[in-house]
Amino acid sequence: MPAHLSARLCALALSLLLIAFALPAFAGPFEDGVAKFANDDFSDTEEAIGVVASSGNKLAFPIISALQDGRLMADPDSKKVYVTGTDGKSIDAATGEAVASVPDSASAVRLNNRLRRSVDAALGSLTLQSPDVGTRLQAAQSVFKSHEETALEAVDAALAKETNRSVKAALGDARAAILLFKSDATEVEKLEAVATLKARGDQEAMALLTGMGDQPASVTKAAASAISSIQSSLAVWSGVQNAWYGLSLGSVLLLAAIGLAITFGVMGVINMAHGEMVMIGAYTTFVVQEVIRTRYPALFDYSLLIAVPLAFLVAGAIGVLIERSIIRFLYGRPLETLLATWGLSLVLQQAVRTMFGPTNREVGNPSWMSGAFELGQITITYNRLWILVFTLAVFAILLAMLRYTALGLEMRAVTQNRRMAASMGIATSRVDALTFGLGSGIAGIAGVALSQIDNVSPNLGQSYIIDSFMVVVFGGVGNLWGTLVGAFTLGIANKFLEPVAGAVLGKIAILVLIILFIQKRPRGLFALKGRAVEA
Amino acid sequence: MFSKSTHDIAASLSRRGVLAATAGLMLGLASFTGAKAADDTIKVGVLHSLSGTMAISETTLKDTILFLIDEQNKKGGVNGKKLEAVVVDPASNWPLFAEKARELITKDKVSVVFGCWTSVSRKSVLPVFKELNSILFYPVQYEGEESERNVFYTGAAPNQQAIPAVDYLMKEEKVKRWVLAGTDYVYPRTTNKILEAYLKSKGVAQEDIMINYTPFGHSDWQTIVADIKKFGSAGKKTAVVSTINGDANVPFYKELGNQGIKAKDIPVVAFSVGEEELAGIDTKPLVGHLAAWNYFESIKNPANEKFIKDWQAYTKNPKRVTNDPMEAHVIGFNMWVKAVEKVKSTDPDKVIDALPGIEAPNLTGGVSKMLPNHHITKPVFIGEIKANGQFDVVWKTPSLVPGDAWSKELDGSKDLIGDWVGKKCGNFNTKTNKCLGSGS
Repeated sequence: MPAHLSARLCALALSLLLIAFALPAFAGPFEDGVAKFANDDFSDTEEAIGVVASSGNKLAFPIISALQDGRLMADPDSKKVYVTGTDGKSIDAATGEAVASVPDSASAVRLNNRLRRSVDAALGSLTLQSPDVGTRLQAAQSVFKSHEETALEAVDAALAKETNRSVKAALGDARAAILLFKSDATEVEKLEAVATLKARGDQEAMALLTGMGDQPASVTKAAASAISSIQSSLAVWSGVQNAWYGLSLGSVLLLAAIGLAITFGVMGVINMAHGEMVMIGAYTTFVVQEVIRTRYPALFDYSLLIAVPLAFLVAGAIGVLIERSIIRFLYGRPLETLLATWGLSLVLQQAVRTMFGPTNREVGNPSWMSGAFELGQITITYNRLWILVFTLAVFAILLAMLRYTALGLEMRAVTQNRRMAASMGIATSRVDALTFGLGSGIAGIAGVALSQIDNVSPNLGQSYIIDSFMVVVFGGVGNLWGTLVGAFTLGIANKFLEPVAGAVLGKIAILVLIILFIQKRPRGLFALKGRAVEA
Repeated sequence: MFSKSTHDIAASLSRRGVLAATAGLMLGLASFTGAKAADDTIKVGVLHSLSGTMAISETTLKDTILFLIDEQNKKGGVNGKKLEAVVVDPASNWPLFAEKARELITKDKVSVVFGCWTSVSRKSVLPVFKELNSILFYPVQYEGEESERNVFYTGAAPNQQAIPAVDYLMKEEKVKRWVLAGTDYVYPRTTNKILEAYLKSKGVAQEDIMINYTPFGHSDWQTIVADIKKFGSAGKKTAVVSTINGDANVPFYKELGNQGIKAKDIPVVAFSVGEEELAGIDTKPLVGHLAAWNYFESIKNPANEKFIKDWQAYTKNPKRVTNDPMEAHVIGFNMWVKAVEKVKSTDPDKVIDALPGIEAPNLTGGVSKMLPNHHITKPVFIGEIKANGQFDVVWKTPSLVPGDAWSKELDGSKDLIGDWVGKKCGNFNTKTNKCLGSGS
């Protein structure tokens, strides 16, 4: 019996002990904090983030990162909070115990911008010592942004262990940012911080220096000199940035105009439906992406590569059809051509509107065309960079085609002297159709690229037609190199005028300059000389 | 005589190349009513662009009115008569709006017109509605500074959208520095003037306000987005208040996303971006950017859920979205029906006098009321863009906000009120006790 009793006593004591240990775990500040997530109130959620992040509990990281990704589920009825893992398994956020399933009444905890900043700051200090370099760098950067005093210890600890050079630099910046705003930091620490930020030298460093508030006189003075040095270096960079933006705008203009340089420049057809060929190219991209999305989602990153030849064929075929059915009857009658192609552009727009609806269609950016990278102090977006490369490639291919292929030779022969070419046995009307098809097809390719930066709507073409004519006329009708130089000149001039005069006045100023220029040189930058001019 | 007008409608429709479905519906309606005498129907004019730049937004509103008429006719019409839509296409061409309005009123003898989107189109049809004494319901948020006897404004005035949005940013996001970016025409310019005056009255310094205008359809946003980034790095919390309209929004948001401007750094609150506009963008980089409206499709409410279900069934498109101007048409249409039933007539003078005071439920759970200044009471919601292209409401006004025809923030209009019930005047000066009349 005693053995029996003692075993019972033992069990009782054990369970009492367990309860004693378990009780605080159920009613502790961490659990109370977690429960606040279920209140569906932004201020409560903010408090909860603060409590969980500073708790030191090993569940803090999974909870906060789940909150960021919308995987933190809260049940408003039972006030229970669950973390759904990326693998679909769920745990109870307060205890860490696995649960079979999250109840249907639970919904993801909502965030607003203020909370997203708190989440970033919290995740930053939690992941400063993550084994992954990328995560550490990101963590250091978010601590730099939030620069809250509470993160200082974590930063110092991480700094002591860090071996990667760029993460170390980011941590140093973060430390400087915190010290600058820390009220009880010494003057020496603050001066060091100012020097670190001066070395960083970007807009964010300047933002911190300008917004640092009341400081000792020596710090204010050092900050003022740091600000002016950052400002002068940023001014140089802003010039570089304008030049890049100009190149990028120029490449878009060139891409839109390059097809017109063939139909209008080389053939002399005033083609008002040129913009609609661009639009058809963009809609081809949309259709390609739709098919890929529904059938072969893995191919999405290649959608543009698939769309380019298709857009060329679709727009080119429509171009040949237009030439055969309308334009060939109108050669030598520019006014009628203008009216007929303008009417055609309206017909094409309305046809697309009827087929695809009047609203914008979503054309996604493949991953290699999204985002940006920093070059010195300027941001270069990948989509603009690829469009520039693509435009130059199209231009080079077109030049090579005109120069080295039989079709190119025939095209040049027909435009230079139609009757002579005909008597040499060239089927001029076939060449006309193919030339117009080529110009339209290139416009279609332009549509693929422009779908990445602009709306895909039936009106897409209209916004490019005026600019395209402007570029071709300015560069010199009939000269591809003129179109290239014209497009980049207009692009860069526009981007240097825009910061000074604003977008609206800048555009007007460019038009006025072109009018003046055309008065002086009616044939554009690169005028064709000799007999071809009269033909 | 009636067969001729049937023929006219059919002919004009095919001429303008309206969607075949609409034509079919219209023909069906016309032939159905053709059997009866002409005055057995009440004609409702629909003046929305179905082609040109504005077709992107206005086509949906045309469908909305056709849907509402269809629903009303299922309930037996109004005053025992069926409603009949007369659809015209002003083709985004402002002078053509006036011509088509005249055609609707004099030739088709419509009792009421639902239409217009841009302010310039509304200004263009105003003289026609005054001269021929008819009624226009205008469903879009606009710059205010107007109260006309023949027009009923069911969209938001600036105090029902712009001012609450700015208040929200000041209180919730502690914004100290403001970029007012807009398209270069009357609505953004007036709204920004009102906002500038309002911000200054709240103690914001001139150098903390940056105003920027761009042309319609602007597509190269690199410089402006970089400028916003620069303006935002002056050590004070910065936000962008966007009155950018129409197509230009897509490249603007794409550039913001690509240059890495996140909503948590520099939030953008937009007054012209709704569910329909977001349908053309990949919204993942935009999560957290804001929009201020009086209605969001995502608002949970039985009335709204029923409306969305019926609308998607009517359009046979389970993905068709709803938006704020559509809700404005729903409210306006129901108010008009109630007024016509109240006076048992479609006589414009009687209906105009009956409308103020009429109440109609909105789709977000409240009851909107037509005010003597011909604006209505509306709730204001601030929504955050979600990854699926819908909005998550993060803030709303505690009660419905009455629309001010004349802004209290501008010196030129702070003493003016519109009152078509007591004063019979759209621009009554409360200081001098005088009606300025149509001269101003």
